[in-house]
Amino acid sequence: MSAETISEKPPAIAVASVRKIQQDPAWVRWGLTFLALAVLGVLVVIPVINIFVEALRAGVAVYWNNLFGDPDTLHSMVLTLTVVPIALVTNLVFGVAAAWLISKFDFPGRTVLTALIDLPFSVSPVVAGLMFVLIFGLQGYLGPFLRRDGYAVMPYLISLLAAGAFLPLCFLACPVPARARRGFWRHPRLVALGGSAVVFGLFFFIQQFFELWPHHKSLKIIFATPGLVLATAFVTFPFVARELIPVMEAVGVDEELAALSLGASGWQMFWHITVPNIKWGLVYGIILCNARAMGEFGAVSVVSGHIAGKTDTMPLRIEKLFQEYNLPGCFAVASVLTLLAILTLVAKTKLESKLPATASLHGKKTK
Amino acid sequence: MASVNRRVLPGFSLTLGFTVFYLSLLVLFPISACFFKAGSLSFEEFWKAVWTERARAAYVLTFGAALIAAVVNTLLGLLIAWVLVRYTFPGKKLVDSLIDLPLALPTAVGGLVYASLYVEKGWLGQFLVPLGIHGAYSRFAIVLVLVFVGLPFVVRTVQPILEDLDPEAEEAGASLGGTRWQTFRYVILPTLYPALITGFALAFARGVGEYGSVVFVSGNMPYKTEIAPILIVARLEEFAYSEATAIAVVLLGVSFSMLVLINLLERWSMRHER
Repeated sequence: MSAETISEKPPAIAVASVRKIQQDPAWVRWGLTFLALAVLGVLVVIPVINIFVEALRAGVAVYWNNLFGDPDTLHSMVLTLTVVPIALVTNLVFGVAAAWLISKFDFPGRTVLTALIDLPFSVSPVVAGLMFVLIFGLQGYLGPFLRRDGYAVMPYLISLLAAGAFLPLCFLACPVPARARRGFWRHPRLVALGGSAVVFGLFFFIQQFFELWPHHKSLKIIFATPGLVLATAFVTFPFVARELIPVMEAVGVDEELAALSLGASGWQMFWHITVPNIKWGLVYGIILCNARAMGEFGAVSVVSGHIAGKTDTMPLRIEKLFQEYNLPGCFAVASVLTLLAILTLVAKTKLESKLPATASLHGKKTK
Repeated sequence: MASVNRRVLPGFSLTLGFTVFYLSLLVLFPISACFFKAGSLSFEEFWKAVWTERARAAYVLTFGAALIAAVVNTLLGLLIAWVLVRYTFPGKKLVDSLIDLPLALPTAVGGLVYASLYVEKGWLGQFLVPLGIHGAYSRFAIVLVLVFVGLPFVVRTVQPILEDLDPEAEEAGASLGGTRWQTFRYVILPTLYPALITGFALAFARGVGEYGSVVFVSGNMPYKTEIAPILIVARLEEFAYSEATAIAVVLLGVSFSMLVLINLLERWSMRHER
């Protein structure tokens, strides 16, 4: 089904006649509108204005100094800008893979998988942070090992990542119709598995041979950047997949099948057919994911340990400045995040008109 | 059709493998670690951690505040959705996009600004505090900030249903001699119930888990303004990991049953529509 059929509007004459029946008396209309606007004014508009007024109270020069003159605040911005992109990219890759799986194929357990993807939304952020402390913290399940010889996992981790990156490359390079496969491509699974094994071995050997990682040194995950990335990735886990699934479902599989039947490779099909079709859904998911990741507080707060200048992200910096009664500095950082939220809303409103009507806040809004 | 796809479209095993792998690593493994840790406690230890007087006060406050906020959100959400769908006024598009601000704004920023608005010298506090209304560092403050955080949910679930509402039903109600209020009460409102309940459940679930904004406005006094997530953090700061985990498992249990409930409701309302 295409976007046009979904958003088809009834003819104008019908709308005009409907309007009359659905019309409330004028005093009800104005009363309710006024009430709704007053509620929004008190709950949303006044707070937002208040943030900027408080931030700029002492003038632009002080505001600037609050943001860029304080080394700890500056570091918190740098840290947020390192943590968020990593979490964003991993969730983006996952989101595309999961959306492809769920929207294009039918298999047993599909509904359960869809529900599991939404799971992080219903976990309290504090509990999410606690989970990672339970696994990686000093008293956690992996704590003693990480403390003794944490860097011993690095060769395995890096090699696994490399082998994992090899698999999609292999998938994208392989000709799709069985007829077109020549030479070693006649056994694509063998190529994929054998190739990734070779890549794993190669990376492992290089790291061991050049002794890239220190021995018997503790690897910090909790109270350090990796923990922040894990917590952020957990909390923003469903966003991209959730926005992409309805978009991909609305687009359907016809164009992909046509491309394949004309002899396109997996890569050509993905890059020339799938990506242009889901482009706006992708951007939409990234924007929402980014806004949440930048502003995440609870989960990150539990795993960060609040070391100023080391593990404080921007929202944590706001809390610390608040506790130090440095309100101007606090509101300066808050105003940056508010600006980001407003930009997110603007982009979201602009994008919503480009998406099929099914994509929305909760994924299943209109069906 | 779908089973044909699996033979023709590439990437089934690759995406299935990756999705399950990443999901287990980042979500399922940590959640089961939480339950595993709680399972290592004996029942008495678990009960002792979960059912202290301080914990009970925290549960009552957490669920009570989330419940009140969700009820308020349902009423306000219905009002705002109604106004946005039925009436026209200048700046309607802007107002419509403003609804999502609580979702886009970091919770810490929301908490910070609410804390500063309602204190004695704040913009709104200077009028409210002399009246005896303390909108900061009180239980009322927690409800207030949860109303802010949960505002978009009901609006966004009710709005599309209201837009798609068949005008013929209203026409029939009016032509049978019903007043405008009767039409609303007996024709429109019942069709909105599933959406209202879904929105209510979403707002409630969000309110139960909320931490970032509440920690700024509540003052975090044990027995008085301490919600369950704050209690977990307090236990963690005492390095009492088992107690923290036990309380976390209670919260997880509640939020998982909320999730199941929301899914059932959505399925029910979908069947209702057809």
